[in-house]
Amino acid sequence: MGAVSSPYLEVKELRKSFPGVLALKGVSLSLAEGEVLALIGENGAGKSTLMKILAGVQPADEGDFQVKGEAVSFRSVNDAMDKGIALIHQELNLCGNLDLASNVFLGREPTRGGLIDEPTMRREARKYLDLVGLDLPVETIAGSLPIGKQQLVEIAKALSSNARVLIMDEPTSSLSQKETETLFGVVKDLREKGISVIYISHRLGEVIELADRVTVFRDGENAGDLAGDEINHNNMVKLMVGRDLSEFYDRKVHESGSIVLNVDQVCTPAFPASSLSLEVKSGEIVGIAGLVGAGRTELLQTIFGVTPALAGTIEICGELLALDNPRTAIKAGIALAPEDRKQHGLVLPMSVRENTSLPSLKRDANRGWLNDAAEAKVTNTAVKSMKIKTPTNEQIARFLSGGNQQKIVLGKWLAMKPKLLMLDEPTRGIDIGAKREIYKLMEKLAGEGMAILFVSSEMEEILGMADRAYVMHEGTIAGELDRDQLSEESIMHLATGNLVAA
Amino acid sequence: MKKNILGIFILLVAIFVITAMINPKFLNAYNMQNLIKWSSLYAVMSLGVAFVIITGGIDLSIGSVVGLVAVVLSICLKLEGMDPWSAIGITLALSLLIGFLHGVLITKAKVQPFVVTLCGLLVYRSMGRWLTDNQSIGPIPLEGDAGYANLEQIQGLDFVFSGKIAIGSFNLPTPAIFLFVLCIAAAIFLRRTIWGRYLFALGNNEEGTRYSGIDTDRMKILAYVLCSFFAGIAGILFAFELDSVQPAQTGEFYELYAIAAAVLGGCSLRGGEGTVLGVVIAAAVIRLIYNSINMVGISTHLEFGILGLVILLGVIGDEFLKKTVARKQAAQKA
Repeated sequence: MGAVSSPYLEVKELRKSFPGVLALKGVSLSLAEGEVLALIGENGAGKSTLMKILAGVQPADEGDFQVKGEAVSFRSVNDAMDKGIALIHQELNLCGNLDLASNVFLGREPTRGGLIDEPTMRREARKYLDLVGLDLPVETIAGSLPIGKQQLVEIAKALSSNARVLIMDEPTSSLSQKETETLFGVVKDLREKGISVIYISHRLGEVIELADRVTVFRDGENAGDLAGDEINHNNMVKLMVGRDLSEFYDRKVHESGSIVLNVDQVCTPAFPASSLSLEVKSGEIVGIAGLVGAGRTELLQTIFGVTPALAGTIEICGELLALDNPRTAIKAGIALAPEDRKQHGLVLPMSVRENTSLPSLKRDANRGWLNDAAEAKVTNTAVKSMKIKTPTNEQIARFLSGGNQQKIVLGKWLAMKPKLLMLDEPTRGIDIGAKREIYKLMEKLAGEGMAILFVSSEMEEILGMADRAYVMHEGTIAGELDRDQLSEESIMHLATGNLVAA
Repeated sequence: MKKNILGIFILLVAIFVITAMINPKFLNAYNMQNLIKWSSLYAVMSLGVAFVIITGGIDLSIGSVVGLVAVVLSICLKLEGMDPWSAIGITLALSLLIGFLHGVLITKAKVQPFVVTLCGLLVYRSMGRWLTDNQSIGPIPLEGDAGYANLEQIQGLDFVFSGKIAIGSFNLPTPAIFLFVLCIAAAIFLRRTIWGRYLFALGNNEEGTRYSGIDTDRMKILAYVLCSFFAGIAGILFAFELDSVQPAQTGEFYELYAIAAAVLGGCSLRGGEGTVLGVVIAAAVIRLIYNSINMVGISTHLEFGILGLVILLGVIGDEFLKKTVARKQAAQKA
């Protein structure tokens, strides 16, 4: 491949500090033409910081940065684009109201006599959309596309500006299995065409499938490189966390007790035509698997009263409930750690204390007066039991890592002593260390008799954590699998709509 | 929550000192009493709208509510000869009802706050004009008015709402006392009760707050009720202060002063931020600017222009200060 002799892009001993944090303590990385390099590491390891430097979002403090053997220092994203480096954002940046052609050429519209040259723009856009395998008309409105396709448009946009290096930060975090496969196809295709990709992911399975080489960061430093056959789960985890993967999911088998949640023939507003039934017993950890868009989040939201059921009944511990808003659900002993943590789980500009105490504030209040002592106790208990890493209880939630934010969400619900804890993608965007703590906590709570229902798109998580799993497909429950029936194949079969005899 | 009122306080002191240096008459007791009185009247409205702005909403109807309340109070007292305390009760009930209506339209009918209260601005103004046939009216009855029998009581109210209390040689206007009490109540409500906490929480993230089991609709209605209630109190204060209420003019544009004071005082229109003290100081700054323009001898035609620039610079300066403070705090953690 010639990567060693003439890298397209190379950084050496790059340093970057923010007020109070030394984010990069001298990292190095090289990328050959037509190479897919995976960059992995726990949250806070410095991956995103380096990517922002490479893409010109922010400058480095010191260190070497060369593109094609020529020293560069980018002052803006445009500088980076001029050198063929483009960042595909985790949150997509398309204008949902414009069509695909306009999005691809946003800010670089071909003009003729001061007006946009529509025919040229469309013709050119077509070329780049084909390059990423999008066979939709260029007049399609971007906002109407599912997120996976929007991402491809984003890539087409980068390619149209002659990008030679694509930086993808967690590109599959909101994609379904199928969309992920499409994306991988596109990436492999681009590699053939000599385009290099730096790929950041928490999903090690994807890294194994895709990467030519893996660079691992830990605490702002290089922890090691892997290539070829060395790229496997254990090696990567070892480098990332400096310890082994063996005790990751140490599930004990629990005696399940009485039925806590009984969902009978419920129709959710998202899929009004189909009804579904399920039950969760105390002490049980039940998974809901399925593809993105199968209606799993909507089901949890209906149980939590956010989007009331159109038909059917929901019982908690044998008591029939009219769940028309989260208040009734919480009163009945239901808690939800939502998928969209930042929007639904937390009030980001508020402190750890204010977030943790929000649901229990009223219970602990004395005729509406805040009870400082009770609030402090709730917060301290949560910080201690959840091992929330925060300088003080007054730290603003926005400034904590994803893992610690999720721990706040769990901490605030545990203060309510729920009978049923629902978790929607409990470890999305969370580093390995925090992941393990959250699994341990689920384990412990189930051991104490709590009923746990969780949605996950990560196969390993379902296989590792669930006593039992329901697999959803297009708004219905396609099947139920016991622990000994759980396998990647059985889940995928049901998730893609192939009903197998369980 | 940032208690960042230092900037606005410095602004207040700076304008104060500069004006006093240019024109020593500025400091005389009469001018100071006037300044305190008008600042207090404006601050009451500004406090009210702060509740709404903290939730991320807006209330454009404040000026019209002030006008309508002043008109209704005057009619009740002067023309109807109603028992003065009942008249006060009715006008305050009216303001509560208006706020409740706003809240319900916004939360249940899902109309945008801007639209609801803009329509309110138009409707209440025209109601006031229609009720009086657009004739000016005051709360104090004259001989021959139905309310003349209650004259003594009404004059008592006049003292309560627009009198002066001698403290040594200084006469403290009573609106300042109203403001003081309302200030403390508002501060306690916002900082020491769960409802205050809920207002801030939902102003920052309404969905997240709802997911935490809080009745966000009810809390928003409460904010609008409080806002109109404060406007109602301001309406009563203005009615007695002005003696003659002009149905078409009294309270006009007051909502804009109130919103300006709230914003200058540190409330973000995005919601979730604000302090009572900041808003009150900002209301005082706005009145002070008016006073200074007169005192310094600048053309009164420039009033609005100067006011606009000061508010703009104040908000920009505040953002700048916040960023600097945040950077310093971050640096300290190193």
